[in-house]
Amino acid sequence: MFAYLVRRLAYAVPILLGVNLLTFALFFVVNTPDDMARMQLGVKRVTAEAIAKWKAERGYDKPLFFNGAADGTAKLTDTIFYAKSARMFVGDFGAAEDGRDIAREIATRIGPSTALAVPTFIVGLLVTVSAALLLAFVRGTRLDFWGVVACVAAMSVSGLFYIIFGQWLFSKALRLVPISGYADGLSAFKFLVLPVAIGVVAGLGSSIRWYRTLFIEEIGKDYVRTARAKGLGEGTVLFRHVLKNAMIPILTGVVVVIPQLFLGSLLMESFFGIPGLGSYTIDAINAQDFSVVRAMVFIGSVLYIAGLILTDLSYTLVDPRVRFD
Amino acid sequence: MSAIPVQAAPADALRVRDLSVGFAAGGRVLTAVDGVSFDLVPGETLALLGESGCGKSATALALLRLLPDAGRILGGRAELGGDDLLALPPARLRDVRGNRLAMIFQEPATSLNPVLTVGQQIGEVLARHLGLAGEAARARSEALLRQVGIADPAARLAAYPFQLSGGMKQRVMIAIALAAEPRFLLADEPTTALDVTIQAQILALLRDLQAQRGMGMLLITHDLGVVAEAAHRVGVMYAGQLIETGRRDDFFRRPAHPYTQALFAALPDVARRGRRLLALPGQVPTLARMPAGCRFAPRCPKAFARCGSEAPAWWPVPGAEEGGQQVRCHLYDPAEAARYREAFPSAPEPAVAGCGTDAAAMVTAGQDAATPAASDAPGAAPLLDVQDLQVHFPIRRGLFKRTVGWVKAVDGVSLHLERGRTLALVGESGCGKTTVGKGILRLLRPTRGEVALAGRLVPDHGRQALAPFRRQMQMVFQDPFASLNPRLTVGAILLEGMTALGLPGGKPGAAEREAAVAALLDQVGLPAEAAYRYPHEFSGGQRQRIAIARALAVQPDLLVCDEPTSALDVSVQAQILNLLAELQERLGLAYLFITHNFAVVEYLAHEVAVMYLGRIVERGTVDEVLRDPRHPYTRTLLAAVPRIAAAGEGAVGNVASPGETPSPANPPAGCHFQPRCPEADAACRARYPEETRLSPTRVVHCHRWAGKDVPPMLDK
Repeated sequence: MFAYLVRRLAYAVPILLGVNLLTFALFFVVNTPDDMARMQLGVKRVTAEAIAKWKAERGYDKPLFFNGAADGTAKLTDTIFYAKSARMFVGDFGAAEDGRDIAREIATRIGPSTALAVPTFIVGLLVTVSAALLLAFVRGTRLDFWGVVACVAAMSVSGLFYIIFGQWLFSKALRLVPISGYADGLSAFKFLVLPVAIGVVAGLGSSIRWYRTLFIEEIGKDYVRTARAKGLGEGTVLFRHVLKNAMIPILTGVVVVIPQLFLGSLLMESFFGIPGLGSYTIDAINAQDFSVVRAMVFIGSVLYIAGLILTDLSYTLVDPRVRFD
Repeated sequence: MSAIPVQAAPADALRVRDLSVGFAAGGRVLTAVDGVSFDLVPGETLALLGESGCGKSATALALLRLLPDAGRILGGRAELGGDDLLALPPARLRDVRGNRLAMIFQEPATSLNPVLTVGQQIGEVLARHLGLAGEAARARSEALLRQVGIADPAARLAAYPFQLSGGMKQRVMIAIALAAEPRFLLADEPTTALDVTIQAQILALLRDLQAQRGMGMLLITHDLGVVAEAAHRVGVMYAGQLIETGRRDDFFRRPAHPYTQALFAALPDVARRGRRLLALPGQVPTLARMPAGCRFAPRCPKAFARCGSEAPAWWPVPGAEEGGQQVRCHLYDPAEAARYREAFPSAPEPAVAGCGTDAAAMVTAGQDAATPAASDAPGAAPLLDVQDLQVHFPIRRGLFKRTVGWVKAVDGVSLHLERGRTLALVGESGCGKTTVGKGILRLLRPTRGEVALAGRLVPDHGRQALAPFRRQMQMVFQDPFASLNPRLTVGAILLEGMTALGLPGGKPGAAEREAAVAALLDQVGLPAEAAYRYPHEFSGGQRQRIAIARALAVQPDLLVCDEPTSALDVSVQAQILNLLAELQERLGLAYLFITHNFAVVEYLAHEVAVMYLGRIVERGTVDEVLRDPRHPYTRTLLAAVPRIAAAGEGAVGNVASPGETPSPANPPAGCHFQPRCPEADAACRARYPEETRLSPTRVVHCHRWAGKDVPPMLDK
């Protein structure tokens, strides 16, 4: 098990390096350092000197990957890539282009992000698994049929519709909760109720349908017939036999996203004005703030890899056949 | 239907009357079981015999109302102690399931819950029906595991199914079924998925438990050998109906229904060597298109006008005692006495090519069938010469995935095979026989060893270098359902090989290609129109014909047949074996026939090699090895095969050999077979036995025969 973990972590290094190189290259395919300077300095009164000065101050006057003018290892180290990206491997994200420290910004914004994402995730999982089990229990009946129809209908509606309709109905028409914004502490509750509810509802259709399929597939298996032949009730069969086996594929899709909950939601945070990491990323993209984008992509890939490792480890909890050695 | 073929059953019997089961398909309900009646009596085993799709499993599942979602019980009653199982409310039915009436299933690998321990799965039954929990339940579970022959039961309670072998899983399944001491047990093909030595163990176990507990057992099987070993009474099903019932001994002495007789005649056997097997024409009718009248009439060699229009009633078989063997066939109607005498000239004993005559034939067959050995042409280069073939798979562990050991799937196999001959490679699952086939064909890259085809060395790899050899040797796979690409037409499947290897059939114009495909299909007995259809439109037997045609498309000299008939019913197996024998005669093909079925070996093969844990333990002509086995493993295997020959005389009961095949990753020291061998001594535990040549054609690896080689001058 330990050897397995070490090996997986070792694999993560080249993956992260690759992600880093790719984001870096992609960003500078569409942007040059000159574009960045112009964007940061404002469109008016931009002189060539001001741009050169902006670039020099922030180290964007160097070559991207390879510095032919330097000596020895400096050919590689005295470049934008090395100076800006490589140091992230030791957790140093540096400052945003507007001068603010990225690490401190992340620390303050992670709170609102998790306050929104974690309840959405937990409530969503409980609701979808229960609803899917219910549909599997009544499979073949009219309730099952109309349940699936409702799922397909819910899947077919854009997520944006749920957000806009929800804001209109609950905030504007019924005036139950504020339309957007955020506050610290317990008062965050009234700001979070609506986005959490909408987040749950928007994901219901596809998940319920998918889990229902998994459950029904399990129900058709031989060991379920064995369980029934023992004289067990349908409830015992579903919860003790089917659920435990169906959890194996469900975990694949679920555990992998847990670490990423900390990154927040791009869409929900922007629409509801929640000052989390999702809206931070969106703002940075709009402002062409490469330092922030780079840092968020890097953290995203770290968390994704963590999610994959966690998924593998979680198998050992639910599936006795899986052992890593 | 007039008479119901059951005696006045005791009050505590499970009485099934007019059971009908259907399956919903496309808005219709197709009848799969039609008016089946029988009694299951405590202390007696009733075997329900039939080919796939005859409704035998649906019958058993219907009794516990465990049919799949599409299944419907259309009518009938199943009385157990005053209750009708088919009408009980669900809650009361659950009190019966696993308690008074328990069931074991065919596939032990999938019938146990993979994520619960053995203890949990047995404990559920104890808690549900006996109210046992905690220490009492644990002690009871241990006792149950001991009863089904599992060593170290305390430790096994904590094991998960994946940690057990197939035979052990089936033992656990039996322990679960017996946990609440049921009066009746339904066993649905309980040994079909198991190896022959394990099958013998499980059958012996079921027989003993059934006798000890005085249970009534319904044994569902397609295997006449299993019926002979374990049943007291037999019911034969065809196309959803019971067509013959009787006591086992009567049944084996003279099977009465023409279908039953055909089943016996289709069995491959040494006595039928060199002759064609009786293969029934056509197939079992589909549920949607059941013939009016007798359902067997369209395939029946003895059918007459009445059979096509009127469903036959039950008639006693002449000479049978009161309430004995009965059959559902017009020929047995006293009104058709003239036809009966014509159909069965030696009545009242309808002399069929059944087991009784075969038993005699088998004893004397030793001399008759000795021809293959004589036709060995010494000196000529064999078509296939395999020297010391090894296929090892690495076991990788640890941080850097270092190779810490090897699974020696094939560990030094040498074979040779002449043109136009058949070599059977026999062994139980996991012995490496399929890997030998793949290694020879270079579908797997061997670790070591040489393969020569017609005197030329087959290279280890390289598409170009292998192409000429691929033309010369082809493979027919076990599962005709999985081995044909469902998205290609049969024509495309047949042409693919020719095109890839640049054969004439692959190149020229459309007309020539069509002709080539038609010729191939004709060779395997399929119409030319088959080329435009897709594999799913064909039955299992037809698909295996297509698979054979595909292999023949490149005109090979050698066919490696990997269990080509094990997925097929007996009557269809006979068709395929006939085809293979005919093709060998006509085209001079050599077969490397990989199988676990000794009856097929006896019928088809000239030489046989027996494998155990990656090595050949005994090799020789079929007569030498099967009639006079020298290696203890070969003897064990042969003793485990359920034989129908003795059943007519009432003598059954094989000695089941102990133990199971160990893992090839960690073979026992010395001779691999010594832990299971009744004759093992110190020498066997010390080193692997050398090859001993007992005759010009036979070698054996066993210390008991060491030094008893034939003098070298006799050796070619």
